[in-house]
Amino acid sequence: MNLLLKNREALLVVAILSLVALITLRFPGFVAPANLGRVYNDTSILIILALGQMAVILTRCIDLSMAANLALCGMVAGLINVAFPGVPIPLVVLAVVALGAALGSINGLLVWKLNIPPIVVTLGTLTIFRGSIFLLTGGQWINAHQMSEAFKGLPRADLLGIPALSWFSVLIIAVMFVVMTRTPTGRAFFAVGGNPHAAVYTGIDVGRTRFLAYCLSGALAGFAGYLWVSRYAVAYVDIALGFELDIIAACVIGGISIAGGIGSVPGAVLGALFLGIIKNALPVINTSPFAQMAISGMVIIIAVAVNARAERRKGRVILKKAEAH
Amino acid sequence: MAEAHPHIRHIPDRLQSRSSRLLKSWESLLVVVALLIFVANSLASPYFLDPWNLSDATFNFTEKAMIAFAMALVVISGEIDLSVASIVALTSTAMGYAATQGFETPALVAVGLAVGLGCGAINGLLVTRLGLPSIVVTIGTMSLFRGIAFIILGDQAFTDYPASFSWFGQGYVWWVFSFEFCLFLGFALVYAVILHMTNFGRAVYAIGNNQTAALFSGVRVGRVKFTLFLLTGLMSAIASICLTSRLGSTRPSIALGWELEVVTMVVLGGVSILGGSGTIGGVVLAAFIMGMVTFGFGLLNVPGIVMSIFIGLLLISVIALPILYARLKRRVAH
Repeated sequence: MNLLLKNREALLVVAILSLVALITLRFPGFVAPANLGRVYNDTSILIILALGQMAVILTRCIDLSMAANLALCGMVAGLINVAFPGVPIPLVVLAVVALGAALGSINGLLVWKLNIPPIVVTLGTLTIFRGSIFLLTGGQWINAHQMSEAFKGLPRADLLGIPALSWFSVLIIAVMFVVMTRTPTGRAFFAVGGNPHAAVYTGIDVGRTRFLAYCLSGALAGFAGYLWVSRYAVAYVDIALGFELDIIAACVIGGISIAGGIGSVPGAVLGALFLGIIKNALPVINTSPFAQMAISGMVIIIAVAVNARAERRKGRVILKKAEAH
Repeated sequence: MAEAHPHIRHIPDRLQSRSSRLLKSWESLLVVVALLIFVANSLASPYFLDPWNLSDATFNFTEKAMIAFAMALVVISGEIDLSVASIVALTSTAMGYAATQGFETPALVAVGLAVGLGCGAINGLLVTRLGLPSIVVTIGTMSLFRGIAFIILGDQAFTDYPASFSWFGQGYVWWVFSFEFCLFLGFALVYAVILHMTNFGRAVYAIGNNQTAALFSGVRVGRVKFTLFLLTGLMSAIASICLTSRLGSTRPSIALGWELEVVTMVVLGGVSILGGSGTIGGVVLAAFIMGMVTFGFGLLNVPGIVMSIFIGLLLISVIALPILYARLKRRVAH
C-alpha cells in the first residue's frame, strides 16, 4: 500500500480503474472494447497537447498559449486546404507543425532572451494568436463542405481497426517517452526544472532548454491544430477556447509538479485519460454535461493535494540529510 | 543564468535623487502611455472628449480594476488567484437564486458578499493550510466555482432582480460620476493606504521578497496570505454585485476570461509577477490605459478581438522595451 502511494502512476491507474468500475455499475456498456477505443480516440488530442505542456512545465515554465496556437494552426491548415485543395495533406501537416513551432519559438525567445516571466509572455501571446485568427479570416468560418475529403479523412483513416488519430497519439507518446528518458535534451528538461543553478554548472544552457521546450509544445500544438480542425471538420476563431486549462489540468492530475522537474510521460498520458474518461462518461450515466466543469475542478484540487503530499515527504528527507552534515 | 546579471554586484556610490528616480519609474512611463493614448483617441474620434462618453468609458474597467487592486496584493505576496472571474460568476448566480426566492436588495448584497468571502476562504485554506501552489489551486477552483454556477443555471438565466438593485451598476452619484467610478476611486485609496502605509502592507512586500525571511522576522505568513485570498474573494463579490446590477441578468458564462484581463492589468501596472514589488498607483494607471484603449477602439468600430491583440502586445512590449532599452544603453556605454 505504501509503495502504491509513492508511485504516482500506479495510484493514477488505480484511480482510473475504480472510476471505470464506478461508471460500469451505472452503465455496463462503457467497458466494451469498442467504446473504450472511442474514449481513447476522443482523448488523443488532449494527450498530445499534455505531452507538449509537460516539457514546458518540467523546465519551470508554463504555456498558456497552446490552445490559441492550436486554433491558429488549425485555421491556417484549413485555409491552405481551401485555397489549394491539391496540396498533399502531409505537406499541409508539415507546414502547420512548422508554424506551431515558430509560434512556440516566439514564446521561447521572449523567455530566453528577455527573461520575461513565462506566465506573462504566454498570457500575451495567447490573446495575440487568437486575435490573429480574426485578422486572418475576418471572423469567417471554414465549414466541412469547403474542406477536401483527404483533409477530413486522415484522422478517420482506419489501420488495423483503429483510427489514425489514435495511432498518431500512440506514436507521439512513444517518441516523447524516448526523448524524455533516453536523450540529453529530455534529461535537460528535468535538470533545468529540478535545479536551474545546478543545471548551469553541469553545462546545460537553461534558457536554450526552455526555448526548445516551447518549440516542442508549439510544434505539438500545431499538429493538434490540424487534427482538431480535420476531426471536427470546422474551423473558426473560438475553437478550443479555454482548452489550455484542460491541458494544464491533465498535467497536474498526471503528477507533473508545477514547480518543475518532476513528471513523466505515462503520468501525463494517464492524467489526460482521466479527464477524457470523465468527459465521456457523464452523458452515459445521465449526469448533466454542465457538471463536467465542477467535477474536473474537484479532481484538479484533489490531485494537486495528493501530489503535494508526495513531494513534501521528499523535501523532508533532503532537509534531514542537510542537518546531518 | 550567471550571465544574465553581470552587473548585479555593481553598487553605486550614492542613491539617485528622488526626482530622477520618479522620472525613471514605471508609473511615469505609464502616465506617458496613458497621455499618448488619450491624445490619439481624441484625435481619432470627435466623440471621445464628450464627458458622458468618457463616463461610459469608465464602465469598461471599474469592475475589473476593483478585483485588480486585491489581485495586486496577492501577486506582490508571490501568489496568484486565477479563480476571480469564476467567483464573480458564482456570486452572481447565488444572488440571482436569492432574488428568485424573493429576497430584497440588502439581503442580495449580503448573500453576494458571503459567497465571495466563502470562495476566497476556500482558496486561502487550500494555499495556506495544505501548502499547495496557488496557481494550480486557483485553476482548480476556477473550474469548480464556475462549474457550480453551470450546475445551478445550465442554459438558463436569472433576470428577476428587484428594481432597487440596479442602482449599484447604473446609478450616478453626481453629474457624470457613476457609483461604480466613485467606488473604484474609493477602493484605490483604501488599497493604496493598506499597501503603502500599514504594517500589513509591509508584510505583503516582505512575504513576496523572501517568505522564509519574513517568517523568521515574525510575520504571520499564513495569516497574511489567507487574508489576501479573502480580500480577492470579497472584491470579486463587490465587482459581481456591480456587474450583475449593470447587466440586470446572470448567465453562468458571466465575466468569462476576466481573470486574464485582471492579471494583465496588474502586470501592466508594474507589479512583478514574481512578487515583491509594485504599487497601487501603477494598477490605477493600467486600468485607465486598458479602459481607454478598449473604449477608443470601440468608438472606431474596431472589433473586441483586435483590441485584445493590442492589449497582448501592450503587455509584452511594456515589459520588453525597458529591458531592451537598458541592454542597448549598456552596449553603448561599453
